[in-house]
Amino acid sequence: MSLAGLEYTTIKEISGPLLFVESVRGVGYGELARIKTPSGEERRGQVLEIGGGVAVVQVFEGTTGLDVGKTRVRFTGETVKLPVSNDMLGRIFDGSGRPIDGGPRIIPDDYLDVNGNPINPFAREYPREFIQTGISTIDGMNTLVRGQKLPLFSASGLPHNAVAAQIARQAKVVGSDEPFTTIFAAMGITADELRYFRDDFEKQGAFDHVTMFVNLADDPAIERILTPRLALTAAEYFAIKQGNHVLVILTDMTNYAESLREISAAREEVPGRRGYPGYMYTDLATIYERAGRLHGTKGSITQMPILTMPGDDKTHPVPDLTGYITEGQLMVDRSLHRKGIYPPIDPAPSLSRLMKEGIGKGKTREDHREVSDQLYYAFAEGRSFRDLVAVVGEEALSARDKLYLQFADEFERKFINQGLYENRDIDTTLDLGWNLLSVLPETELKRIDPATIKKWLPKNRGKNN
Amino acid sequence: MSSFKPGKIERVAGPVIVAGDMLGAQMYEVVRVGDQGLIGEIIKIEQDRATVQVYEETAGIRPGEKVERSGKPLSVELGPGITGQIYDGIQRPLTILFEKTGPFVRRGLTLPPIDKGKKWHFVPTTKSHATVTAGDIIGHVKETSLITQQIMIPQNLSGKITSIVNEGDYTVGEPVGELDSPGGPVPLFMLNTWPVRTARGFKRKLPSNTPLLTGQRIIDFFFPIAKGGTATIPGAFGTGKTMAQQQLAKWADASVIVYVGCGERGNEMAEVLETFPKLVDPRSGEPIMNRTVLIANTSNMPIAAREASVYTGITIAEYYRDMGYDVALMADSTSRWAEAMREISGRLEEMPGEEGYPAYLASKLAEFYERSGRVEVLGSDTRVGSISIVGAVSPPGGDFSEPVTQNTLRIAKVFWSLDTDLAARRHFPAINWLTSYSLYTDILDDWYRKEIGPEWTMMRKEAMNLLQRDDELREIVMLVGPDALSESQRVILETARMIKEDFLMQAAYNPSDTYCDKIKIDLMIKLILDYHKIMQKAVDENIPLQKILDLPVKIEIDRMRLTAADNFPSFAERIEEELNKEFKSIGGK
Ligand SMILES: Nc1ncnc2c1ncn2[C@@H]1O[C@H](COP(=O)(O)OP(=O)(O)OP(=O)(O)O)[C@@H](O)[C@H]1O
Ligand SMILES: [Mg+2]
Repeated sequence: MSLAGLEYTTIKEISGPLLFVESVRGVGYGELARIKTPSGEERRGQVLEIGGGVAVVQVFEGTTGLDVGKTRVRFTGETVKLPVSNDMLGRIFDGSGRPIDGGPRIIPDDYLDVNGNPINPFAREYPREFIQTGISTIDGMNTLVRGQKLPLFSASGLPHNAVAAQIARQAKVVGSDEPFTTIFAAMGITADELRYFRDDFEKQGAFDHVTMFVNLADDPAIERILTPRLALTAAEYFAIKQGNHVLVILTDMTNYAESLREISAAREEVPGRRGYPGYMYTDLATIYERAGRLHGTKGSITQMPILTMPGDDKTHPVPDLTGYITEGQLMVDRSLHRKGIYPPIDPAPSLSRLMKEGIGKGKTREDHREVSDQLYYAFAEGRSFRDLVAVVGEEALSARDKLYLQFADEFERKFINQGLYENRDIDTTLDLGWNLLSVLPETELKRIDPATIKKWLPKNRGKNN
Repeated sequence: MSSFKPGKIERVAGPVIVAGDMLGAQMYEVVRVGDQGLIGEIIKIEQDRATVQVYEETAGIRPGEKVERSGKPLSVELGPGITGQIYDGIQRPLTILFEKTGPFVRRGLTLPPIDKGKKWHFVPTTKSHATVTAGDIIGHVKETSLITQQIMIPQNLSGKITSIVNEGDYTVGEPVGELDSPGGPVPLFMLNTWPVRTARGFKRKLPSNTPLLTGQRIIDFFFPIAKGGTATIPGAFGTGKTMAQQQLAKWADASVIVYVGCGERGNEMAEVLETFPKLVDPRSGEPIMNRTVLIANTSNMPIAAREASVYTGITIAEYYRDMGYDVALMADSTSRWAEAMREISGRLEEMPGEEGYPAYLASKLAEFYERSGRVEVLGSDTRVGSISIVGAVSPPGGDFSEPVTQNTLRIAKVFWSLDTDLAARRHFPAINWLTSYSLYTDILDDWYRKEIGPEWTMMRKEAMNLLQRDDELREIVMLVGPDALSESQRVILETARMIKEDFLMQAAYNPSDTYCDKIKIDLMIKLILDYHKIMQKAVDENIPLQKILDLPVKIEIDRMRLTAADNFPSFAERIEEELNKEFKSIGGK
């Protein structure tokens, strides 16, 4: 028996983003509520708890202007759904899914539950198709694959937007002309930042395979709970129903987490670290795990969440819990940025967990793994002498150590550093790696098999071919 | 179809519901919640009100809907057909769920964990009129190429066999015999059930004096775990917990592996499912999937089932232990399990303890790890089985002072401490050699002496000593520069570098290096320590250290981990000879 349609004016309490509605009957957990403000505006909310005749409703558009008495609430008997269709491409929606680009309404092909359903792990196909981003530190050392969730860990004042835009611009699967369908979800970013992405998509004429869901810094904070879920619902529609390869950019997840914290505080839950709720890991997982490939479907969802680390601290709960869920991270580093290196991605704390299956013979190149390992080793070794040099001076170093020191500098300048529009293919990246390594004596290349050295070391190459 | 009067939902808050009219309900009883019949378990009773944790998503559930009691506690099915399967946290087969509902997990489905239609070849090993007690074997079934299931008298029964079937093919639901028990005649099946929150019985605990060999050098050599032992592997994200657990699941010399993916990534389970059937057990030559049971309750699956998954896993492990197998259980990650407890406890409005975890966190962890051990199992014959537990811990911010890590360290006997700096340098496994420990080394010494040789323990002490000295010397270098070191101190740094880079580092992705047998471990460390002696001799004889480091044989030692185990003894012999020859050639005595 559904009592959907009944309108309640029995609001007992309004607390932060929450409404407490009394004497309700037949209302289900998680249900969508429609709220009419005294001024006649309609807002949407979701039931967070139900019991004793009281429904606790979080209002996505915020409770400003709501009152006890004239505000009316209707429960719909349904969970929150997103109307989806192929016509969403090239369109811009607000953080609750309403068009804001002046275009026509979407004629839905289907209505999908924005919370999705968990993917059966047995249904997952392990991601292993190399995505070339044209950025050496990513392709060479932290390779991205189709269906991966790989966040950018950044901080205020760092060029993460430029990096994300460059990835979106250049990402392709070698040997395939299929463009990525890009779903862009903005949570609490500034209008400038949004314009940056929008202009970039338009400049390349790519906007017709982009869909944007936008909640800006001055839009209601609680709506940000919904925005990434809408984006992922659209992504699932394109990937599963339409068979597209989808790239989802979620920015900024730190703002999302703050909204989550706000609701938790309003519910007077026991706070976890830094006031974030104890269930934030699970909540974030319900977003990040909506990526991957499935057996029997053609499409894929690759996720690139962006988050800013408060105080550049990667142990802050947002980056920390993200890192525990995603399949690696790309660390945007302030000291590289200060040195004028772009993209300032530090390979050491970065990681791509899915790299191993995405590289090698037939995918990138047979020497990829070994070159990458050796570059990691050499860069870490070279860097470790920097502190020492600061204390005892360069003269105190052995000849070997000096070589490594020099390698680290060169590596930053030539390998990490590249142009905003420089698109290096994987061969260029790996060859660059070899060139840098060739300043070291061959006996130092312990991470590389002698046979690989024989074939690929620049000075040997001419001899073989 | 339950004979109990259904209760009525009064409140829904996420994974927890409260139902009224539940008089007579029991703690931990399984119930079906709402019109969709979601599976749940009673976790609190107040008069006629029961609080239920629901193992499935509760969206759309309304107050007023019914709650049906089953009269039974949450249980698993035990019998042939478990090995090689992938289950969710409450033992629903994910393979069948996939066939039924496609790639997404839908709600309200009950699926039999064990295929009731499949016939198994049962070989009876008991006779009519035999007197049997709990745990006695009445027959066996070849479950996979690696596992023979012993069909046992259930743990609460004993009596006289009144009939037993002939050798032949039977389903798990067909009786294979009958027992005249004190309570009356009971049919005997291959399939039995067991409540997951109750530990299965055994006769007595035995000392854990055999190592669980893992093929991972830093573990087997420095920080071994015993069969029946407990180990914990805490580390920040990306430091290698899952890789280490998967390496153990692949290569450890246990007969049965139970791998619990508790609140972690879906793709990691997919990886296990894709790779394990292709990987061959180095001892038997059979696919390792044939000894593996997977429990997968990933981070996006309902949180209450995550809480249950650990119990489901350990109960299955106990079942195989009771047959006399050495079982190893990996739980990745126990932190997610603890978080599930925290969330449920929060919804119950219990008084929070440290960092919001319930006050009973420590005792739950202890109870779980206590279900490990090497034991003499039930039955009138003498059989020994063991369960080793390896639990990953994911401390927030990588800070080991948090409650889950600390409470686990009070129980687990081996601590593999993962180090963020090592991981950032791509030194894998990133187990810190200075802060890790194993409390089994002494008790295992006898075994090493007998199985490998007396040198093993001595070499371990010597190598550890060198690593410790190395650490002290490095601090000096950081303060005053490398010039301050004497030649013999530089020797220590060079040897320590070899131990770290040529021995402790082990590439999981390299087929020649991913698994290292005990003989190869022994010979590898011996080569390094011999090199160390040569360096010391050089210093005594005033030969410049650099000359020793430039010996051609050094390059071979640097790469020795890639030499196959079969060729290693002859390789080691040749290297020893060359080392001495080359040393003489530069004037050494
Ligand atoms: N033994 C190893 N050999 C080679 N690479 C390794 C090894 N151990 C770890 N790694 C590397 O480290 C990465 C992270 O390891 P892993 O996924 O096990 O971390 P984790 O501690 O489980 O992280 P999380 O807590 O986020 O799950 C792997 O993807 C791999 O690249
Ligand atoms: Mg892990």
